[in-house]
Amino acid sequence: MKSLLALAGGQVLGLFDYLGGLVLLLWDSLWWMTLGPLRRSGRLRVDETFYQMERLCVRSFWIVSLVIFFVGIILAFQMAYVLRTLGVTEYVANITGVAMTREMAPLLVAMVMTGYAGAAITAEIGTMVVSEEILALETGAMNPVRFLVVPRVLAAMAVMPFVTLVATYIGILGGFFVGNVLLGIEAEKYLNRTLESLKYKDVFTGLVKAEAFGVIVALIACQEGLRVTGGAEGVGRATTNSVVRSIVAIIICDMFFTALFYYML
Amino acid sequence: MQGAPPQVTAPRKRRRLTDEVVIDVRDVHVSYDERSILAGINLVAYRGEILVIMGGSGCGKSTLLRSIVGAEEPLKGSVQMLGEEIYKLEEAPLNTLRKRFGILFQSGALYNSMSVGENVALPLREHTDLDDEIIRIMVKMKLELVGLRDFENLRPAQISGGMKKRVGLARALALDPEIIFYDEPGAGLDPVVAGVIDKLIMDLSQKVGVTSIVVTHEMGSAFRIADRMIMLHEGRVVAEGTPEEMRTSTHPLVKQFINGEPDGPIPLRRSRIDYAEDLLA
Repeated sequence: MKSLLALAGGQVLGLFDYLGGLVLLLWDSLWWMTLGPLRRSGRLRVDETFYQMERLCVRSFWIVSLVIFFVGIILAFQMAYVLRTLGVTEYVANITGVAMTREMAPLLVAMVMTGYAGAAITAEIGTMVVSEEILALETGAMNPVRFLVVPRVLAAMAVMPFVTLVATYIGILGGFFVGNVLLGIEAEKYLNRTLESLKYKDVFTGLVKAEAFGVIVALIACQEGLRVTGGAEGVGRATTNSVVRSIVAIIICDMFFTALFYYML
Repeated sequence: MQGAPPQVTAPRKRRRLTDEVVIDVRDVHVSYDERSILAGINLVAYRGEILVIMGGSGCGKSTLLRSIVGAEEPLKGSVQMLGEEIYKLEEAPLNTLRKRFGILFQSGALYNSMSVGENVALPLREHTDLDDEIIRIMVKMKLELVGLRDFENLRPAQISGGMKKRVGLARALALDPEIIFYDEPGAGLDPVVAGVIDKLIMDLSQKVGVTSIVVTHEMGSAFRIADRMIMLHEGRVVAEGTPEEMRTSTHPLVKQFINGEPDGPIPLRRSRIDYAEDLLA
C-alpha cells in the first residue's frame, strides 16, 4: 500500500515537474522572442528560423497533402453513409467543409508534424546533449533556449496556420472528389454549399488551434530533447516520448478549444 | 623531446612569482544519487601556469572540470574564477565571465549543423561586433594554429575525431580567453598531433600568459607540459606538486599511477561487496 502511494506520488510529482518545465520553457522562449532581442547579446537567429520553417513546411507539405486528401475522402463517405438514409446526401459538402476547417485540418496537420518534425527536433537536440554540444553552447555564453528552442517555436508558429490553411483546401478537395465524381453532386452546387456553410469564425478557430498545436509540438519536442540523459538509448526514448506526449497534449488542448469555441463563438 | 625540460623550467620559475589566483576551488562536494563523486576538493590555479589534473578513470576529473566551469553546481563548497563566485552570478555577469574562458571538450563538441569555419566563427559572431571580413581572417588564423586551415568548409561529420578535437581547440581560442580548460586533450590523437597540441598549450601559456587547466591521464604529455600537478583519487586531492616532486614522490598512489603499475593501493575493481560473498549469494 505504502509503495503504491509512493508510486502514485512519484507519478504526480513527475507530471508537475514536466508541466512546470514546459511552462518555464514557454516563458523563456517568449522572453527571448520579445524582450531578449532588445539586448545586444540576444539577437534572434533569423537565418536559423527560416531554415526551420523550410524544414517544417516544405518537407512535410507532400505528406500532409496526401494524408488530408484521403481523410477528406473518408470523411465524405462516412457522412454520405448517414445522410443517404435521410435523403440529403448533398449535405456532405456542408459537413466536410465545416469539419475540415474547424477540426480535421488543424488536428491532422499537428499529428503529422509531431511524427515528422517533432521527432526529428527531439532526436537532433537530444544528440546535441549527448555529444556535449549543449554544454558547449552554455559555457560559451550562448543560451540554448535562444539558440535552439526559439527558432523552432517561431518557425512552427509561422508555418502551422499556413500549412493548415492549405490542408483545409486539399481536404475539402478530397470531399469534393467523393461528392462530385462518385456521388454525382454538381460541382457548383457542392462548392456553393461549402462556402455557404463556412463562416469566418470557423476559419479563425481552425487557425487558432493550428497556432496552439504548433507551439505544443515544438515546445514538447525541444523539452524532450534538452532533457535527454543516458546516450543513444536516451535519445530513442525521448523521441518516442516526444511523439506520444505531443499527441496526448494536442488532443487535450483540442478538446478545451473545441468546448470553448462551442460556447463562446 | 631532449631539449624540452630546460625550456620549460626557466619560465616556470618566473610564473611562480606571479601569485595572482585565477581559480580558487574550496571544499567542493558533488554526488550523484548518493554516490559521492567529489568529496571536498580544494585547489588553486595561478595566472599563466599549466595545471595538470590527473587521476584514474572515474576519479572525478571530468566532474571537477564541469564544477569549475559552472556546469555542475556542487552540493557544498565554492568555486571562484577570475575573482567571481561562479555559482552566485546572475546570467548576464556569468556570461561575461564565460567569454573569458574557453573549453576543449573531450570529443570536440562541435556543432554538427555548421561547417568547421562556422564553428570557429560562432563565438566571434555572437560576442563581438567584428565585420564578417575580419571574422573570416580570424577564423583562418585560429584554424592555422591547429593546422586545419584548409578544412574550413567541411562539416564536422566529414573530418576525423582528432581533427574535430583540433577544431574544438580553435573554437575555444576564438575569443582569446584568459583560461583554457582541456578535457583529455591528447586522448584519441596520434603522437605527432598530440605533440603539436602540447606545444600549443605551452606556447599559449609562455607567450600569451594563458592559464591552462589540463585534465589528463596521459603521463608523457602531463610531465611535458605541467608547471604543477594535482592527483585525484576517489574524489579527493591526494597529491600536489611540480612534475619533479611528483616524479620523486614516495606516495604509494602517485607512484603506482605515474608508473602504471597493476598492483598497488588503487583498486582495479570497484565493488563494495566481497567477491566470495557475491558469488555465493
